[in-house]
Amino acid sequence: MEILGLLYDGFLIALQPLNITVVIIGVVVGLFIGAMPGLGSVNGVAILLPMTFLVPPTSAIIFLAALYYGAMYGGAISSIMLGIPGASTAVATTFDGRPLALKGLADKALITAAVASFIGGTVSVILFTGFAPPLANIALDFGDHEIFALMLVAFATFVGLSGDDIPKTIFSICIGLVFSAVGLDIMSGEPRLVFFDIIGFMHGINFLVLAIGIYGIGEMMWTIENNRGDSAMSKAVLTLNGFMDSIRDIGRTWIAWTTGSFLGFFVGILPAAGATPGSLMAYGVAKMTSKDSDNFGKGEVAGVVAPESANNSASTGALLPMLTLGIPGSPTTAILLGGMVIWGLVPGPLLFVEQKEFVWGLIASLYVANLFSLLINVAFIPLFLWVLKMPFTILAPIIFVLSLVGGYSPTQDMHDVWLMLIFGVGAYLMRKLDYPLAPAVLAIVLGPIAEPALRQSLLISNGDFSVFFTRPISGPIMVIAIILLIMPALKPLKNKFFAKGEGKKTS
Amino acid sequence: MRRAEIVTASLMALFSVYLMWKSAELPIGWITDEGPGGGAFSFWLSAVMLICCIWTMFNWYHRSTPPSKSKDPFMDAFALRMFLLVGGAVTIMIGLVHFIGMYGSIPLFLLFYLRFLGGHSWVATILISLAAPIIIFFFFDVALRIVLPKGYLEPLFYPLYSIFL
Repeated sequence: MEILGLLYDGFLIALQPLNITVVIIGVVVGLFIGAMPGLGSVNGVAILLPMTFLVPPTSAIIFLAALYYGAMYGGAISSIMLGIPGASTAVATTFDGRPLALKGLADKALITAAVASFIGGTVSVILFTGFAPPLANIALDFGDHEIFALMLVAFATFVGLSGDDIPKTIFSICIGLVFSAVGLDIMSGEPRLVFFDIIGFMHGINFLVLAIGIYGIGEMMWTIENNRGDSAMSKAVLTLNGFMDSIRDIGRTWIAWTTGSFLGFFVGILPAAGATPGSLMAYGVAKMTSKDSDNFGKGEVAGVVAPESANNSASTGALLPMLTLGIPGSPTTAILLGGMVIWGLVPGPLLFVEQKEFVWGLIASLYVANLFSLLINVAFIPLFLWVLKMPFTILAPIIFVLSLVGGYSPTQDMHDVWLMLIFGVGAYLMRKLDYPLAPAVLAIVLGPIAEPALRQSLLISNGDFSVFFTRPISGPIMVIAIILLIMPALKPLKNKFFAKGEGKKTS
Repeated sequence: MRRAEIVTASLMALFSVYLMWKSAELPIGWITDEGPGGGAFSFWLSAVMLICCIWTMFNWYHRSTPPSKSKDPFMDAFALRMFLLVGGAVTIMIGLVHFIGMYGSIPLFLLFYLRFLGGHSWVATILISLAAPIIIFFFFDVALRIVLPKGYLEPLFYPLYSIFL
């Protein structure tokens, strides 16, 4: 019952005129960013974070969270209308959303996607409200050992679950951590890794410089290269009858959105997993459990509803470890976490004790953002369709300009802008060679937390690494991290085993 | 693609060695009563980076990863042209900030990009090129009080400062 009281206080904050305004702006911007192919929530949050210095921290994070939500809704629009996922999280929505649009049922696909997003979002926020306080309570007892062990799990999931090239993933993690170490060594006060004695490195490498470089410049170049040629857009005619028909379809596909919502939430909690695999898994499960699974891929409403409820649910799930443990579950939440540090908040369980207004205001704003996303999305479908026709050659230069200004404003140093350009170009070239970049962003945000935790723990234990394994909570966490790290090593063995098995069958 | 893979891995390996050497400027061993030295964390991470680069080279040699097998060019003519034009334009924009400030370089960049890369009409081009710096000025310089660099154009802004700041 205490939670309901806190949630009520949170609503009082979320419903303040300023916060309602930022939610609406955030949702609109997010819908727009999500709908544009090549732009996702992470690009929006990275590029627009410096703009939020205008409002108080609580409103700033409410804005970014609303943008994050809106982008999840918006991703479906281009998946359905163009057949190009608006963001990687909306890939699974193309499987059935596109065929529906080709059949002339684009309006049905758009409306069911929006309503399913709303259901997924709402279920996950309710789960979040229930899970977050007890988890934060447990996490209050965590010391340096546990914090370091948790970081290791976050990084290990990238190695174990992301499916990217393993040495390149580890490389990406390490380079992010090394970049986070540039500047003054917090424990001894000595300058370190000041490359070529350039003064600009003395204040360290701001995570935004790397994040904007990767997501504002690198990804834009990548999108420019990959968006060659125009794609045909479907037509959507909205009628009241069509709307009521879509609502009946939502009722019919309740199994798909229930599994999508719950699956998405729990997959979203895992770092490195998140909304993309969550929505793909939800699609798979919906197909498996459906009575007419043959219709999947040909324009089945359940195939739109399942991934859309899952990706919204996962985006809330990813906020859970970020707020309660201080460990982000995705690059977007990593940037939000970095933003909280800039605003002077210490991420982690203490937030729930010391910054109740902030935490509950944010949670309540998620409910509000969800409702507005649905309303704005459905009401302005024609407007978003018009936006989709906007050529990328207008959007791209504006994003480059925003990256320039956004890269300059946190430190007000041109050195950082040049560094951002180098990171952007580097990220573009390395991405072409399958180097994953999200781990580096996560690492540069977590580095300043992970390093002191490691050094303090080792100082207490006198350099003995076994403390991480012998302490009651950090021990099991470390075991999980190690299992995740060696999982990819077991994969070839498993493949070999199965290959042999199949070989026998055929012979 | 195959050549780009090995070149990148080698460059990154060199970079890792540089980082190790740079980290070693601070103590990387154990200091009594202080714990690990200030350079230890980055030194060992750079060492892991080096191992990963060698691992990538090993994969390259065995052609076991997609980029090491691919026969596609790392950049085809279109990609190279886009990369040079877009990357070059952004670089020049940032370089010009030092001379004519953000409010000089941003309109020039937008003008070039919209008109010559995008092929948009002069009306749209000029409208966006003028609107963007005005919005940015009111957002950053006025509302956020983050004074963006103006370069040699600074004197032109004195009247604006006296009105808005």
